[in-house]
Amino acid sequence: MPFVTPEFLPALPEILLAVMACLVLLVDLYFGRRHPSWVFLLAQASLVLCALLCIALYPEEPTTTFNGTFRSDGMSAVLKVFMILVTYFVLFYSKFYLDVRDLFKGEYFVLSLFAVLGMMILVSAASLLTLYLGLELMALCLYALVALNRESSMASEAAMKYFVLGALASGTLLYGMSLLYGVTGSLELDRIREYQSVGGEIDIILVLGLVFIVVGVAFKLGAAPFHMWVPDVYEGAPTSVTLFVGTAPKIAAFGMLMRLLVDGLAGVQGDWIEMLTILSVLSMAVGNIIAIAQTNLKRMLAYSTIAHVGFLLLGIIAGTRAGYAASMFYVIVYALMGLGAFGMIIVLGSKGFESDRLDDFRGLNERSPWLAFLVLVLMLSMAGVPPFVGFWAKWSVLREVVAADQVWLATVAVVLAVIGLFYYLRVVRLVYFEEGQEAAPLVCGTDVKVMISTNALAILALGVYPSALLALCVTALG
Amino acid sequence: MLSLPHFLGLGAILFCLSVAGIFLNRKNVIILLMAIELLLLSVNMNFIAFSHFHGDLAGQIFVFFILTVAAAEAAIGLAILVVLFRSRQTINVDDLNTMKG
Repeated sequence: MPFVTPEFLPALPEILLAVMACLVLLVDLYFGRRHPSWVFLLAQASLVLCALLCIALYPEEPTTTFNGTFRSDGMSAVLKVFMILVTYFVLFYSKFYLDVRDLFKGEYFVLSLFAVLGMMILVSAASLLTLYLGLELMALCLYALVALNRESSMASEAAMKYFVLGALASGTLLYGMSLLYGVTGSLELDRIREYQSVGGEIDIILVLGLVFIVVGVAFKLGAAPFHMWVPDVYEGAPTSVTLFVGTAPKIAAFGMLMRLLVDGLAGVQGDWIEMLTILSVLSMAVGNIIAIAQTNLKRMLAYSTIAHVGFLLLGIIAGTRAGYAASMFYVIVYALMGLGAFGMIIVLGSKGFESDRLDDFRGLNERSPWLAFLVLVLMLSMAGVPPFVGFWAKWSVLREVVAADQVWLATVAVVLAVIGLFYYLRVVRLVYFEEGQEAAPLVCGTDVKVMISTNALAILALGVYPSALLALCVTALG
Repeated sequence: MLSLPHFLGLGAILFCLSVAGIFLNRKNVIILLMAIELLLLSVNMNFIAFSHFHGDLAGQIFVFFILTVAAAEAAIGLAILVVLFRSRQTINVDDLNTMKG
């Protein structure tokens, strides 16, 4: 087979980010001590540059390069831009968090950039090999980030749990991939799909491989019953890392789900819809009910994430283009809301004070009415109360589920969402109607306040005018 | 003569052993890391067997990548283990229980 130089243009954002991440590492090595903020500024600049490049190179029609292992299409471009946007905010909040606690290290930003690179490769994967490599690049960086605070024994425990269960998930996913390869004789997702459409009769081994793949993806997404790691990692990790783990990788995991199930395994759609239905109902139930019992806000938001993953799966269960678009809308909206909620914990904290217990939010209205209002917006949006964007996200997936004649599933989802309303409203009650015990001082600067305000007001604005983002998701999926 | 099912059976047995190792082991975190390595090796066994019997090289290339990633994964796992041991002076799986609920 003659060597053909691949077309580099579709992968230019990834190449740029890889180069910039290495550059940030070098800058940290030589200038990290004297000018620590250079690393931060360079990391932010490379993210902005990369996002602009993604927008400039928005593919009119799907292009595949590197011998059919890398695909650039509307979905990957939109997901990439939002992952980068979310990471931009994450790094901004992180800088404040790390500065206050003397944890500021250049590695943090390098690892974050490499994790974003992994996510970008993951959502652009056109073959099982690229998908696996992107996933591992993301996961390995996240394990290291969780263990970043070496003094904290809780963080190291969380990192160990995350590592073991994450590796188990990767192993399960790989086992499923090996079975797919065995049945279809190819690693390319397109060929795997073609095999199913030609074969007529579906091989039992193929369905077995599908089971392993769904289990692996469910682990990574944090869907019940494979959610054990989520609360521990969210609680134990430094809050800035929780913020990262809880937002951008969720978008990437959605991309992975779409690539594997919709691009690769469309022929066994009936089978995976059944599996995802079970995961979705369990996730919504476990997440919304156990969250009520939590006293730690990070842990409560972890269970809320599990519930949101359940909702996110609803659109994919609908099994239509419109359903996938609704799910994509949901995951992007969720990432923005999670960004605001965890960002708020960072904003309210100070040195030696995490502000991650529910009691720490008591009487916030007396301390800072503006921040209290932002908490109100974020919590109501997460709960799915109109006119905030969280409502439109829930509404769009439910509409697709009803359109797919699964009315019972939509009913279950609504009931569980109403149960979930309780613990979100509890936070609002603590903020507005309870007396604060001791007033912990707010130490965050104006810049961080501007960022969190932008974040929360974006949720409000999207709630008033959701159709632009939804239309973007529909066109991205073609 | 060994046929494809023999290799797949071996892969399946290794996979089950490693999953059992992860869930049943209550003693030592290092055993968890060994089980994870075994998990990846069972996948490699599958890939090589399929690759050989299909006459397709892609599977063997995948194995090279898995081996490389496994090395990186072991490095990170052991690094976390060192951090864990420093902060608690134990690597007993049962002691990893400060967070619950």
